[in-house]
Amino acid sequence: MHKILEKRQLSYDKERDQSVYYFKVEAPEIARNRKAGQFIIFQIDEDYGERIPLTIADANPEEGWIAIVFQTVGATTRSFSQKFNVGDNIPVLVGPLGKPTHIEKKDGLVVCVGGGIGIAPLHPIVEANHRIGNKVVTIIGARTKELLFFEDEMRKASDELIVVTDDGSYGRKAVVTAPLTEICEKEKVSEIVSIGPAIMMKFCVAAARPFNVPITTSLNTIMIDGTGMCGCCRVSVGGKTKFVCVDGPEFNGYEVDFDNMMQRMTAFKDKEREADHKCRIGLDAGKAGA
Amino acid sequence: MSEHKTTEMLQEEAAKLFAEIEAKKSAGTKLTPKDRTAIPVQEMPSQEPTVRAHNMSEVALGYTETQARVEAERCIQCGAAPCKKGCPVGVPIPEFIKHIQDGDFKGAVDTIKQTNLLPAICGRVCPQEKQCQSFCTVGKMLKTTEKAVAIGRLERFVADWERANDKITVPTPAAETGKKVAVIGSGPAGLTVAADIRRAGHSVTVFEAFQKTGGVMVYGIPEFRLPKAIVAKEVENLKKMGVEFKTSFLVGRTATLDQLLTEGGYDAAFIGTGAGLPKFMHIEGENLIGVFSANEYLTRSNLMKAYDREHAATPLYDAKKVAVFGGGNVAMDGARTALRLGAEKVYCVYRRTRAEMPARIEEVAHAFEEGVDFHFLENPTRFIGDEKGKLIGVELLTYELGEPDESGRRKPVAVPGTEHVLDIDAAVIALGNDSNPLMAQTTEGLNVTKWGNIIVDENQKTSIPRVWAGGDIVLGAATVILAMGEGRRAAASMNEYLAGK
Repeated sequence: MHKILEKRQLSYDKERDQSVYYFKVEAPEIARNRKAGQFIIFQIDEDYGERIPLTIADANPEEGWIAIVFQTVGATTRSFSQKFNVGDNIPVLVGPLGKPTHIEKKDGLVVCVGGGIGIAPLHPIVEANHRIGNKVVTIIGARTKELLFFEDEMRKASDELIVVTDDGSYGRKAVVTAPLTEICEKEKVSEIVSIGPAIMMKFCVAAARPFNVPITTSLNTIMIDGTGMCGCCRVSVGGKTKFVCVDGPEFNGYEVDFDNMMQRMTAFKDKEREADHKCRIGLDAGKAGA
Repeated sequence: MSEHKTTEMLQEEAAKLFAEIEAKKSAGTKLTPKDRTAIPVQEMPSQEPTVRAHNMSEVALGYTETQARVEAERCIQCGAAPCKKGCPVGVPIPEFIKHIQDGDFKGAVDTIKQTNLLPAICGRVCPQEKQCQSFCTVGKMLKTTEKAVAIGRLERFVADWERANDKITVPTPAAETGKKVAVIGSGPAGLTVAADIRRAGHSVTVFEAFQKTGGVMVYGIPEFRLPKAIVAKEVENLKKMGVEFKTSFLVGRTATLDQLLTEGGYDAAFIGTGAGLPKFMHIEGENLIGVFSANEYLTRSNLMKAYDREHAATPLYDAKKVAVFGGGNVAMDGARTALRLGAEKVYCVYRRTRAEMPARIEEVAHAFEEGVDFHFLENPTRFIGDEKGKLIGVELLTYELGEPDESGRRKPVAVPGTEHVLDIDAAVIALGNDSNPLMAQTTEGLNVTKWGNIIVDENQKTSIPRVWAGGDIVLGAATVILAMGEGRRAAASMNEYLAGK
């Protein structure tokens, strides 16, 4: 049983009517073995629910919980955010999945770049680097102020935190690659970790390339089983087909074919939009009745 | 293609034959082997092809009681029983058929269950024409396996009869031994091991990564070939015996095998994690939108129930023209699923001919009947996409059969310059699986082959003490019954080990 222990709305994007939620969930077995970089898959209905992968944002093995952060981008995440409350059980939750992040002591800086919802999965990686004594500079960015979250948590786990927004409503008005480039110009950077929308990771790779700094990217492709059986999550890495669920989710950013990955992620876009639309109508009807 | 006969028509034919047989018997005349072999093979009743190609219900409807009685009379009880040797789990075949001849269906199913706990499943999915039926004396006398006694259909009949009439007897386990066994994976190998070990009085926990138990029988084999209710019933029976199931538990990640054997307190473990990563062809365009592995295509429809568009949240990819690549059972499942999901045209592209297809004969026949368009002696060279990365076609190359290769089948040889394009909007690749790397990655000391399959000895023991393995993770992609055979062997060895501990 995976009981929801805490539920918080972290942000709301009025323009797209999308929210980011934080759920703390009872999951002692997952919490015990989970390492930075790993993810879970959940379903809100055992029979008919779809399987959604989410990176674990935080965990506490002593207290037996994990935290997940998600954006209400489709029908499942939307009804998850509205129909599930503290005390409810999540019907299906499996993990931790994927290979853990490789964390090691570095001579130079580790720059962690998180965009939008990618800030959540970046958090444990920042923490893990900080814990083993790496000097960590974290850059978090979003379109606008309302969409930022985890600022305090990130500040606590980083030697320096840089906040940027596209519209300048908070922090510096810039995209994440601007401070990233500046840091690479000034300092000795040993590794960059970039997690966010595929397009952002693609540009981070382009920004890192002139400096020849290793860059790790964490991919969020569509998945079904998440254990290496279905091949739905496959991406082209270094010209070879790799499975994000068992070979990743993290890959050398220089080798990832982001264009193909972005295309593949649109495979079910029409269907998802349609389902989300129906879901909203359903939830509104529910509200009207209540 | 012969005309479709309804169940009523087949029943009428069988009733006539049965009356003749009974008349002879009551007159005190024994049926001679010649009389028996003169009885025609009883055809399996099935849904009408044009109807069934658009629904998910089971295609084969099962023998009527009369048909089963008539078919059973075809067995001459030859004595040598070569059929038994063709069965990976050694089902006492003539013995169970004798029970059917006597009208004792319960006796028949109990006889099968001495060695095979899942007859309703095996009766449906075993490749009988390559196993028991290929050795059948009657088939030999009539010079074709097609006329062998329909052992699989009889097996299915008695298992279904038992379930429908609520006659299932759940074996009583021996007195509790206090020993604990972990079974990893709830597919055919895992369920077989769980049953055999539980019977010996040990406590058994089955770990399943998915939300549902049954492994490939649930995510891979479609409803129209193996109804999920049948698999669920088998699991329910194991639960009645006291087997515990833990779903959404991925051994290797949720807990490692080592953790189970130490902190978890398990005395022994069986790894039956099944086939793993789907094989791709590594040709141009394979990652275009619309190119699926058969595993993904089938899992969406079967396990996630995407065919039920009304209720399921998992989406399907809409495609009018679907090509399936491969010639095995999974390819047939993919092609026939595509029809049922609404494709207007379904191609099956296979680089050899119908004679070399590894699929069960019945599945191939069903696919033909339902209108799958077979492209034999062709193989893809590249997938073609539009500017948005969506699949719009596949380039194929024509082949011809050359000299036999190491598998004994004639090797397909490409004919240069025969490239041609087939317009399709979805492709389903059914060329088998590579092994799943997870157990090997997370278990120190577990020896695997260069293909990643777990290495076992003749008793299914792995390189790690107290750990056995079997099924597709050992064999590569094989069949339900071979997985069960390995499971039985492993369980026997595990029970022996636990008894001596």
